[in-house]
Amino acid sequence: MLRSGVIAKKVGMTRVFQEDGRQVPVTVLQLDGLQVVAQRTADKDGYTAVQLGTGTIKAKRVSRPMRGHFSAAKVEPKRKVAEFRVDPANLIGVGEEITADHYFEGQFVDVSGTSIGKGFAGAMKRHNFGGLRASHGVSISHRSHGSTGQCQDPGKVFKGKKMAGHMGAARVTTQNLQVVKTDSARGLIMVKGAVPGSKGGWVTIKDAVKKPFPENAILPAALKSAAEEAAKAAEEAAAAAAAEEAAAAEAAAAEAAAAEEAALKEAEAQIAADNAEGSAPEAEKKEGDE
Amino acid sequence: MDLIAQLEAEQIASLGKDIPDFKAGDTIRVGYKVTEGTRSRVQNYEGVCISRKNGHGIAGSFTVRKISFGEGVERVFPLYSTNIESIEVVRRGRVRRAKLYYLRSRRGKSARIAEVANYKPKSQA
Repeated sequence: MLRSGVIAKKVGMTRVFQEDGRQVPVTVLQLDGLQVVAQRTADKDGYTAVQLGTGTIKAKRVSRPMRGHFSAAKVEPKRKVAEFRVDPANLIGVGEEITADHYFEGQFVDVSGTSIGKGFAGAMKRHNFGGLRASHGVSISHRSHGSTGQCQDPGKVFKGKKMAGHMGAARVTTQNLQVVKTDSARGLIMVKGAVPGSKGGWVTIKDAVKKPFPENAILPAALKSAAEEAAKAAEEAAAAAAAEEAAAAEAAAAEAAAAEEAALKEAEAQIAADNAEGSAPEAEKKEGDE
Repeated sequence: MDLIAQLEAEQIASLGKDIPDFKAGDTIRVGYKVTEGTRSRVQNYEGVCISRKNGHGIAGSFTVRKISFGEGVERVFPLYSTNIESIEVVRRGRVRRAKLYYLRSRRGKSARIAEVANYKPKSQA
């Protein structure tokens, strides 16, 4: 059951102390007005997906085509837009807002982001090479990669040889991170461990592909509208329960009053019967029948 | 206050730890929860605090050094660890450094720390 992921902003890292004395390093990820901007359907696009948008941006800084795109969805202009492939059954309506309840504690997720750029990095930093020796005749090449191949026989450097070059600023996915805590009021998801990218960077969170799909995952997604509806329903149910209780109390009171009245009547009848005992034995008989 | 600082402040408040005012040079007694199988008990660890790191935040920690059976032992405790039952200041020491790593190379008489004669508790802000 492929369901939508979320786009989140990396806030930073902290630690969480557990009841059992463990301390867990966590990365705090925040959802910021995460809404469905468009749908991709098999008929129209050949695949099914939802396009999500998050963050805020001034409308005047958004290109006109994108402004039209957002206005068609009746959502505010979004800073970051991304698509998530979903099952046709798990499509979400345009304009729906996804909350942090989308993931539950203990669940495993994959987080993708753009790693911090390292610029042109040497072989030691980029590929964990060992470098050359500090002494024994090594001269001004202590951090070099050393030999890149053989001699005349291949007569070339093989393709894919690990050498110095650009490092970082690439899309990186960290798999199987555990969700430690979620806070839907503030839209926070805390995952155990580090997440690619810098603070303030955008990352996407998806259900872990290398773990079985969690049974208690919310399908198609944890929506704000659904939460509101549930809250409303709960409120209504509570109101109904209260009303029922009040009605029950009223009924009980009425019943008690009726019983009292009946008792009173009976007592009266008894008195009347007592008075009329001598004169009318039939009346007593009738009373006994009752 | 940024979000991380806010979350940390909330966590500190929810942990509800009472941490006394102590610094490097003070002799402190730490009640540390030890779990043996299913039973858990509190073990006291008393020694000289030789360093405090990362301030009063959730990431704060301190190092306690003691001489156990003639062998120097150091333990690092996270300040807000849920395993710490209590922290007690036994003696206030007078030192002129924040980190007393020089004690590691000292033995006996030279490893002593003078007591503060006129300790004034910090006014609670």
